[in-house]
Amino acid sequence: MTVLKSVKSTAGIALTALILAGCSSTSTTDSDDTMVDTTPVKVQPLTPVEVDGDDAFVIGTVLYFDFDKSELRADVRGSLDERAEALQSKSGVLRLEGHADERGTREYNMALGERRAKAVANYLSSQGVPASQIETVSYGEEKPAMLGGGSDAMAKNRRVEIIYSE
Amino acid sequence: MRTKWLAAWLLLCIASVANAQLTIEITQGNDSPTPIAIVPFSWSESEALAVNIPAVIGADLHRSGVFSIIDKKDMLSLPTSSDAVFFRDWRAIGSEYVLVGRIAKILGPQAIQIEYELMDVQSQQKILTGTLTGSSNKLRDLAHAVADDVYEKVTGIEGAFATKVVYVSAVQANDKNFTYRLMLSDADGFGEQIVFESKEPIMSPSWSPDGKQVAYVSFETRKAAIYVHTLATGQRDRLTNFPGINGAPTWSPDGTKMAMVLSKGTNPDIYVMDLATKRLTRLVSHFAIDTEPAWTSDGKAVVFTSDRGGKPQIYKVTLADNWVERLTFEGDYNARARMLPDDRGMIMIHARNGSYHVALQMFDTGRIYSLSKTNLDESPTIAPNGMMLMYATQYKKKGILAAVSIDGSVRYRLPSTSSDVREPAWSPFLD
Repeated sequence: MTVLKSVKSTAGIALTALILAGCSSTSTTDSDDTMVDTTPVKVQPLTPVEVDGDDAFVIGTVLYFDFDKSELRADVRGSLDERAEALQSKSGVLRLEGHADERGTREYNMALGERRAKAVANYLSSQGVPASQIETVSYGEEKPAMLGGGSDAMAKNRRVEIIYSE
Repeated sequence: MRTKWLAAWLLLCIASVANAQLTIEITQGNDSPTPIAIVPFSWSESEALAVNIPAVIGADLHRSGVFSIIDKKDMLSLPTSSDAVFFRDWRAIGSEYVLVGRIAKILGPQAIQIEYELMDVQSQQKILTGTLTGSSNKLRDLAHAVADDVYEKVTGIEGAFATKVVYVSAVQANDKNFTYRLMLSDADGFGEQIVFESKEPIMSPSWSPDGKQVAYVSFETRKAAIYVHTLATGQRDRLTNFPGINGAPTWSPDGTKMAMVLSKGTNPDIYVMDLATKRLTRLVSHFAIDTEPAWTSDGKAVVFTSDRGGKPQIYKVTLADNWVERLTFEGDYNARARMLPDDRGMIMIHARNGSYHVALQMFDTGRIYSLSKTNLDESPTIAPNGMMLMYATQYKKKGILAAVSIDGSVRYRLPSTSSDVREPAWSPFLD
């Protein structure tokens, strides 16, 4: 039962994070087909969602990346610090799902998604989150957050989704 | 003239197979194809055959770019055997070859027999005689086999019409979810069937050299693992399930080994698995991304994509001494190579200024030829005779399959009517 419930709430968090991600999109100046996208890496604010009533704890979020890049920027780190701290009193697992936009080949993008998820994992580890509480998976370009191409959709697809489950 | 053939051919195609999932549209034809007349075949029974066999043969030959197909209404006579062919009738309408044939019902499980004869109009000689039998639910296979025979007789190159393609389709189930399918069809896109279906991604299908199995990546356990699927029985075996990436499986030409990408909790490297012992050997190890292995046809080396130089480029590692050599120097993104059957060159994805095309690089000159004109092209795969390649591209905001001849002279689309399709893998020759 617990497993089922936590899976459900995980989905809820991820979905909320995605919706918020969609709402707070800041349009960038890059034109279509530009190789180097100058989109700054954005991090969504902590999203307070009721999970199981009394013990509401939310860490789910989506981090965005530059084209063909996996580096975390300073603002992202600040936000991750809060999550790392909150996690230390919790025993649940953080699943970091790395994704890429549709440019480039599929298996290369699989590697790129993994690199992004690992960059987040490494940073969280350096902030004291035990490795046993972190798992990473890459979906490459196979699970786009937004369809239809264009620079906005592609910026939304270059991401790491952080999903917490008890 | 050519437009007329094309229009007639398209009509024929649409009429004969209205219920097919994939329909073929030729978007560019050859400048000087060889005219061939495929005269309607006789048929021994009164009820109509389910497949218009001469139409399928004509479609195959036309798609190759080597032939233009003479319209039936321009034919001055409709012989069904070589005795009845009057060469002046065919010279008069500019046909260089004439194919005639007879289809009959015979006893036994192989209930359909096709006899065919190919005439060279110039020399007034019969240059090919053939008889094929097959079951009545494999009529398209029979037609493809006749097309292969004709193609080989005229060009000297083995035909690859009687081959198959596997590819991945994704149907959007709701806002965030897709149904992923591994599909199998004839090389012309007809006769498609579902091999495997999952709610999680399926990727990177690859044929065994005997054409009996397909390896692919499936996320069905919410992480990547490599599976081997036996087509005849549907049996699935999980080959790898390491932490991290389990990707890009590709069989060695002799079928004894599988090259793959494993990250095993660190960074992705190229490995080779001995399929009999399941023993793994790491072929290249580097802190950069190494991925997308493909075997040379002689089985002595593996080419792969690596960003060790900063951008994705193609490298080659020789198995005997693990010597690594860079193969691409032009453009800022070269990835996912596949070798030509004779190892004289490779096809790959080549990007310049943010546009991703299928390209051919020849090793003797180092020259790169762009073979596709659309953007976001992916996953080129080459026919076993090396004459045609298929790839994934976008058309009307949807993933479709397209094909282009190796000389770039002919191209066509295989648009899906129902879903996003991608990652085609062309089968080896099948028997």
